[in-house]
Amino acid sequence: MSVQQQSPRAVWATRVIGLSALVGTVFTVWLGLWITPPDRTQGDLVRLVYIHPGVAWVALYVAFGLTFVASMLYLWPRTRSFFWDRLAASSVEVGVVFMVCTVVSGSIWGKPTWGVWWAWDARLTSTALLLVLSLGYLAIRRVPAEPAVRAKRCAFAALFVAVDVPIVHFSVVWWKTLHQGATVLNANLSPTIHGSMAWTLLLGFVSLTLVYVWMLLVRYRIAVLEDQLGSGELDVALAERRAEGTTPGPAPRPLAGADQTVEEVTA
Amino acid sequence: MWRDSLLMAGKDLRIEARSRVALSQVAPFGVIALVLFAFALGPDQGPMAAGAPGLFWVAVLFSTVLAIQRSVSVESGDSARDGLRLSGLDPAGVFLGKTVAVAAQLVVLEVILGVGVVLLYGAHIVDYWLIVGSCLLGTVGLAASGTLYGVLSAGIRVRETLLPFLLLPVVAPVLLAGTRTWQAGLTGGTPADGLPWLRLLAVFDAVYVALGVVVYGPIQESA
Repeated sequence: MSVQQQSPRAVWATRVIGLSALVGTVFTVWLGLWITPPDRTQGDLVRLVYIHPGVAWVALYVAFGLTFVASMLYLWPRTRSFFWDRLAASSVEVGVVFMVCTVVSGSIWGKPTWGVWWAWDARLTSTALLLVLSLGYLAIRRVPAEPAVRAKRCAFAALFVAVDVPIVHFSVVWWKTLHQGATVLNANLSPTIHGSMAWTLLLGFVSLTLVYVWMLLVRYRIAVLEDQLGSGELDVALAERRAEGTTPGPAPRPLAGADQTVEEVTA
Repeated sequence: MWRDSLLMAGKDLRIEARSRVALSQVAPFGVIALVLFAFALGPDQGPMAAGAPGLFWVAVLFSTVLAIQRSVSVESGDSARDGLRLSGLDPAGVFLGKTVAVAAQLVVLEVILGVGVVLLYGAHIVDYWLIVGSCLLGTVGLAASGTLYGVLSAGIRVRETLLPFLLLPVVAPVLLAGTRTWQAGLTGGTPADGLPWLRLLAVFDAVYVALGVVVYGPIQESA
């Protein structure tokens, strides 16, 4: 069973992106923890802002957006390819990691700010619901099926989730909201923070997006290898069955100890 | 499409009328859920009446899962799903028919649970139109989304555990909107507060009915 090797250019690109993500993340942590000043009202708690919006951006917009687009491209007959299916599944899996980070970091920020770990804030709640919906997608993904059936099933599941997300979001926002208004992407598109804090926040967004891209590339490669392994195992099993039919089988082996007497065995 | 949907709804409802699974198992399950909620809240009727809207809709949601499981399992034996595919019925009609059949069962269930909430929890209905409107709109949304997820999970061995996991988070807006509308329609609520939530339910219905009409066929083919 041969495993298709990754092209040297793809290996090089993955390494460069991984290294850039690592350097960017280290710089974000350094700037966020040591260089930038504490906030006038939030104090050191503001340092979480360099991570939390970045992971939320990746989880809610980049990862899920890519999953939706890739799923639609798989469902569209002209662009149907397992590339889109693997890309969608890989993006969901990486997105789930970022969603967990979003919910956990939001909860950590909420404890000193609101006084409770979970305040049923609208955005945290809708993110948690999207996390559960994404876990549902992954549960469907794990159900054994023909690759084409599984891909179509997952693409439809992604479509249903995408349709549900705006309704979930609005219903939860109407239900209750405590969350701080958008700091960077507000209605006027004018950031309400400045200086080193704004640059560190921007670096956090870029670094975390690079981390996502690197994880996506690695997860996609694993998905390709998994598919090759699955089809390879089937080829091996088929070849073995064919060989059984064309060549005389080996003579049946005598049972161990069959030629021994009872006395020899018990001795 | 409309004729096929009537045929399908008639078929599913005839099966239910003869087997009486919905009436003898799903409805009692909903009532048991109401009784268990009361046990959890204590014998004082104050918390029960305050929580009645949410408890009603949670009981409806759980019962919906059972109703959808039943609707899917009707087609799972004796290659009935293949028969349905080969029957030449319009898939959109099949979707609408199954949705109507599930919705009809849920409406009966909601009447039973509504009476249960009034009798057991001491809830007092002020605005009947809000209560009826939220039940009808919520039922269509639950039935449409449930039928879609039902066909998506058809043919999967772990369907019984997978379907609730997939469906319940999706119908969370129905729970929120239904609960808020009921709060507005019961004693102490303001009827005007319920109208935006009715609109949300209508949007949920429109989205899932339209989606089902378009994608039910391809999903049925790949199931």
